[in-house]
Amino acid sequence: MAPAILIENLQKRYGSVVAVKDVSFQVEPGKIFGLLGPNGAGKTTTLRALCTLTIPDAGKIEVSGVSVLDHPKLARQKLGYVAQEVALDKVLTGKELLQLQAALYHIPRHLAKQRINTVLDLLSLQEYADQKTGTYSGGLRKRLDLAAGLLHQPDVLVLDEPTVGLDIESRVVVWDFLRQLRAYGTTVVVTSHYLEEIDALADFVAIIDSGLVIATGTPSQLKDQVGGDRITLRIREFSPNLEAETAKSLLQELPFVQEIIVNSAQGNSLNLVTIPQHDALIRIQELLNQAGLPIFSIAQSRPSLDDVYLAATGKTLMDAELAALAHRDLKAEKKQNMKSGV
Amino acid sequence: MTMKTEINWQQIAPPLPELVPTPNFLGELSQETFALTRRLFIQLQRRPSTLVAGIIQPVMWLVLFGALFQNAPKGLFGETTNYGQFLAAGVIVFTAFAGALNAGLPVMFDREFGFLNRLLVAPLASRFSIVLASAIFIISQSLLQAGVIVVAAATLGAGLPNVAGLGAIALIVLLLALGVTAISLGLAFALPGHIELIAVIFVTNLPLLFASTALAPLSFMPQWLQVIATLNPLSYAIEPIRYLYLNSDWGFSDVVMRAFWGDVTFGSALLVLLGFAILALVSVQPLLRKTLA
Repeated sequence: MAPAILIENLQKRYGSVVAVKDVSFQVEPGKIFGLLGPNGAGKTTTLRALCTLTIPDAGKIEVSGVSVLDHPKLARQKLGYVAQEVALDKVLTGKELLQLQAALYHIPRHLAKQRINTVLDLLSLQEYADQKTGTYSGGLRKRLDLAAGLLHQPDVLVLDEPTVGLDIESRVVVWDFLRQLRAYGTTVVVTSHYLEEIDALADFVAIIDSGLVIATGTPSQLKDQVGGDRITLRIREFSPNLEAETAKSLLQELPFVQEIIVNSAQGNSLNLVTIPQHDALIRIQELLNQAGLPIFSIAQSRPSLDDVYLAATGKTLMDAELAALAHRDLKAEKKQNMKSGV
Repeated sequence: MTMKTEINWQQIAPPLPELVPTPNFLGELSQETFALTRRLFIQLQRRPSTLVAGIIQPVMWLVLFGALFQNAPKGLFGETTNYGQFLAAGVIVFTAFAGALNAGLPVMFDREFGFLNRLLVAPLASRFSIVLASAIFIISQSLLQAGVIVVAAATLGAGLPNVAGLGAIALIVLLLALGVTAISLGLAFALPGHIELIAVIFVTNLPLLFASTALAPLSFMPQWLQVIATLNPLSYAIEPIRYLYLNSDWGFSDVVMRAFWGDVTFGSALLVLLGFAILALVSVQPLLRKTLA
């Protein structure tokens, strides 16, 4: 059985800017696949190439065994694409937009009516169906866009940053919905720069940075590879730096402690990386008690995907995000977005 | 491997049959073209201001411009004494031209807002349905405007061509609108954004009007402008329509324009327009193909 998606050595440059250096991954049918990385990492370009919106400079892309470059029309039939920016015609009603979408996918008229009703139900859009999309809130717009992407029952639904700009409530609706789709057997490909989102949602993850895939695996595998536990400790709510440093030198003596950082941005809290140890918290407490230091809070956790990203790139996702924002060329991005493909 | 469990879908609709490439090309093409055209008409119906303006403006031309030259010496505008009669042909053609020149704007906005991507990721039978839908829409709109102008001109005393004459006017408007729509859509895909497109429309619009026989006859112009006006496709649309207004008894071999190189008959003016439309359609193909093929 062919993988739902196969991408091999994908490359794409826009002028002198390399958007995708070398990206390869496979997606098994019926899974949620997460593409994680900061803005400008090449996620959107990869998805645009997958959805026939841009022609790659090199590489192989297949959807359920169909080459996207050789048989774009067949591939388009198998794919549903939900772009990052929701583009609806604000003059049309929700239902009219879905009718247009149905015709573009050549769904016979009698079927289209039923399908439209189904997706309106699935996304709880019935009561808004006859309102113009110009009156919709951000969450509603996204839901209608999802509904449109599903109308032709694609094998693979591709979503570019589906929850950006959504309130928490709508975000949860989208997450639940994607899980529901997976239960029906639809393959879902989703990009995000929210770690928690990918961690909670994806069965399989590829972390992408500067146009390269730097790690792949299940979220659990990736976190295990980084290894160790994380402990966050606050002596006081806002500890004096001296006190934090004293605690740091004390705790460094513990055999299971690997690394300690004093985080001045969070009231001089201590961030520890430790070898998994069942009584770690108790031993830390004992040690600090003996030294007469109080404890305001202490928490232990497994490494996050951010730690995976940090281990692979030497920077946190947040730092990469800020750096990317600093040299983001919105004009060039818009231009790329308007250029189209296969 | 999990089978696609069609639980929710299946009860309501059977899954689509596995798609063979182009099972029914014409059926698919007409389905998508109809849907795209319908969208444009819904937009027009809910935002009629452009059409209303597009109807008021030519009527204003007729009334105000007509009044401006009402007292011009007799014989100045050819054999007729009625400038309104003279002007009607110019206004019909110019209105169709200006409307078609704007055809690219909605497509450009679709590009800019990402709506075009929605069309481009869909398995369209042919992406030229996007172009076809715009052309159908613009041509219908031009014909509607032309109809209103003909009625308004008749009310203002310019007379009314016979049925065959009205049919000829419709054909002329159709050919001109087709050619200009093609050029405008080509520009909509070639230019970087709507600012540039509007700039091109702006510098094309009025100069082509003034360098045609819309407002004054050839004999009225200096030699150099006559040369330009007889090369301007608008003149080949204006002169036959004007001839229809002035001669109830007309034929394809009648001379409608005396160009500097010789006489242009009714039939050859139509051929020039047909040639213009075909040339425009062919020459924008590379531009469209770059984005759409």
